[in-house]
Amino acid sequence: MTAREPIQPAEGCASSTPGGGSRREFLGTAVAAVATTLTGCGKLSHEEFLQHNFRELSKDEVRDVIARLEREYKEKYGREVKVANTAPLPGVIFGYALDLSRCIGCRRCVHACVKENNQSRSPEVQWIRVLELEKEEGVNLQHADQYYDPAEVPREGHFYMPVQCQQCKKPPCVKVCPVGATWREKDGITVVDYNWCIGCRYCMAACPYGARHFNWGEPNLPPDQVNPDTHYLGNRPRPKGVVEKCTFCIQRTRKGLYPACVEICPTGSRKFGNLLDKTSEIRYILENKRVFKLKEELNTQPNFFYFYGV
Amino acid sequence: MLRNFWQFITDTLRLITRGNRYYYAWIGFLLLLIAIGTGAYIGQVNDGLIVTRMRDQVSWGFYIGNFTFLVGVAAAAIMLVIPAYVYDWEPIKEITILGEMLAISALIMCLGFVMVDIGRPDRFWHIIPLVGRLNWPQSMLAWDVIVLNLYLLLNWFVVTYLLFCAYTDRHYVKKLVLPLVLLSIPMAVSIHTVTAYLYNGLAARPFWNSAILAPRFLASAFCSGPAILLILLQVLRKTTKLSIKDEAIFKIAELMAYTMGFNLFLTAAEAFKELYSGTEHMVYFQYLLFGLKGHTTLVPFAWASILCGLAAFILFLVPRFRTNWTLLNLGCVLIYASVYIEKGMGLIIPGLTPDALGEIYVYRPSYTEVAVAAGIFAIGFLVFTLMLKAAVPMMLGEFTLTRGRKRLDAPEAGPV
Repeated sequence: MTAREPIQPAEGCASSTPGGGSRREFLGTAVAAVATTLTGCGKLSHEEFLQHNFRELSKDEVRDVIARLEREYKEKYGREVKVANTAPLPGVIFGYALDLSRCIGCRRCVHACVKENNQSRSPEVQWIRVLELEKEEGVNLQHADQYYDPAEVPREGHFYMPVQCQQCKKPPCVKVCPVGATWREKDGITVVDYNWCIGCRYCMAACPYGARHFNWGEPNLPPDQVNPDTHYLGNRPRPKGVVEKCTFCIQRTRKGLYPACVEICPTGSRKFGNLLDKTSEIRYILENKRVFKLKEELNTQPNFFYFYGV
Repeated sequence: MLRNFWQFITDTLRLITRGNRYYYAWIGFLLLLIAIGTGAYIGQVNDGLIVTRMRDQVSWGFYIGNFTFLVGVAAAAIMLVIPAYVYDWEPIKEITILGEMLAISALIMCLGFVMVDIGRPDRFWHIIPLVGRLNWPQSMLAWDVIVLNLYLLLNWFVVTYLLFCAYTDRHYVKKLVLPLVLLSIPMAVSIHTVTAYLYNGLAARPFWNSAILAPRFLASAFCSGPAILLILLQVLRKTTKLSIKDEAIFKIAELMAYTMGFNLFLTAAEAFKELYSGTEHMVYFQYLLFGLKGHTTLVPFAWASILCGLAAFILFLVPRFRTNWTLLNLGCVLIYASVYIEKGMGLIIPGLTPDALGEIYVYRPSYTEVAVAAGIFAIGFLVFTLMLKAAVPMMLGEFTLTRGRKRLDAPEAGPV
């Protein structure tokens, strides 16, 4: 496991923010009481209310925030939940490839993802949507059905296309966020600071892949189902009223593990690796298979590739 | 000066607390709606936005639809400013201030609708420039926050200043007011343009990703905003001593005929492009106008909006009709209905349906959404009423620094 280090601030954001902590603190304290009353959030602590954007926190502040979160999770779930802060690995940009000719639409990936990433169980938030498409229509989303329920998959005349966050090189969701609560990390993973997101859902309107999901209600995560191995920018338990999304299992992949969906896939349709590593499987696929990107015409430049393996 | 201003504030406050039975009944009704809305909103804050019928597929709904409509109303205040100040056309000049007060109320409602739509209202400070972390200039929402608040500030300042001058029996400094009023023209255009760009810039939503969205926004706003004012001016004429000339009202109606014609033309241009070329982007128009895969929720609304718009256009186009009070008022109601449906149901929902993965989720506002919206509209009407209550006697010169106290102490006070 990589040593815990604070996430490096993205270029030019920490310095570009005017004002120091003192003014913020003053103004923040002034409105904290008002906000707490107004919003009926009795549990809202001053520290939580005043916490600034994750990328602007100092090393010490990050340590405090993580300690506070771990304490809160322990109170809430009655068990130790570790919140890691593993930084991007140098020389790594993650890429994902999905073999459409192998995927059978079993949706094991969907459920492995829910378990691994501490999604709300009721209503269940799913980061992966598996579309059942008609072979005659090809990749035509207007003919897609994600609620298919046959006795057996794959169904005659159909093929399956799982869709999740495409970790775009030019993510529209990041561009539109009014408060910079979401950004692209150096390893190509687009993340959300759940403690900074205001829940305006502009990113959801901007995402062409339906990859962002909102906690419409209080996330329902039974304590015995909590995955205690979490990352601040990934699968730590979320509050209500914020947006969340696939992070390529940041808590696993930054430790050199595969994402949960890759690991569970029974057909080996899912491939994952470092795009900068010339010897990686993902690079082999990109160089040797028939590859396409979903909604390529929108110029979001996904690091998620669909391919036909056979 | 400062003491006078303090006096102005306290007198204004005293003025708005006094009125006849009808005034109290109206205020009471608004307060009741606000109470209902507040109750619904507290429920929403406690349970989360799950009490709305918005979901991941249709992530914006009734709240943002109302927001969009009201930005148009706010922008439309300049329909009065342009003829009054640019062409120096006297009959409208005195009612410009009414348009500005309408803009203030509309903007307060806009900010209210944004506030109730966000999932974490306790974090609203994140979006305040310098205090939070505004993603400017990248995010159109950040632009919107800035221009809406600046426009609110500008209108609030001009209205307060003009009233304070009237109150202190002095003539306002033209060199100060004129540039500000002229500035409010591009500002009004900018608030609605930026709001249009908010949707326009999203390549993921082909229904919004059209170059004429911003012009369409402006055209529809410039007919719906004045529609409210035309009715309001008639009410004020009847209930107060404010003299508003017929020709001022007919001039506004004439301007509305042009903007409505333009609005209908732009809508037709958009519909033609989508339906005739028949690309896959057509599905959103199809969902709106004809229904898709058996889902026809929006169809009656869409056609009602189109028919109301066409009927209103004819009423406003023919001089004989628009100078007939009954037909004029009917036209106002029709245009208001047409644009309200178009901006609420006809813009946001088909923009998000089918969703990015082709799913059709049928959205209708829930009780909470309707109640909260009613509360916000009531707040807007309350603000507008209170402003009018104080402004009318000041504009008439009945209520000034020297004459104000006497009137307030008199038993039958307050004009409304």
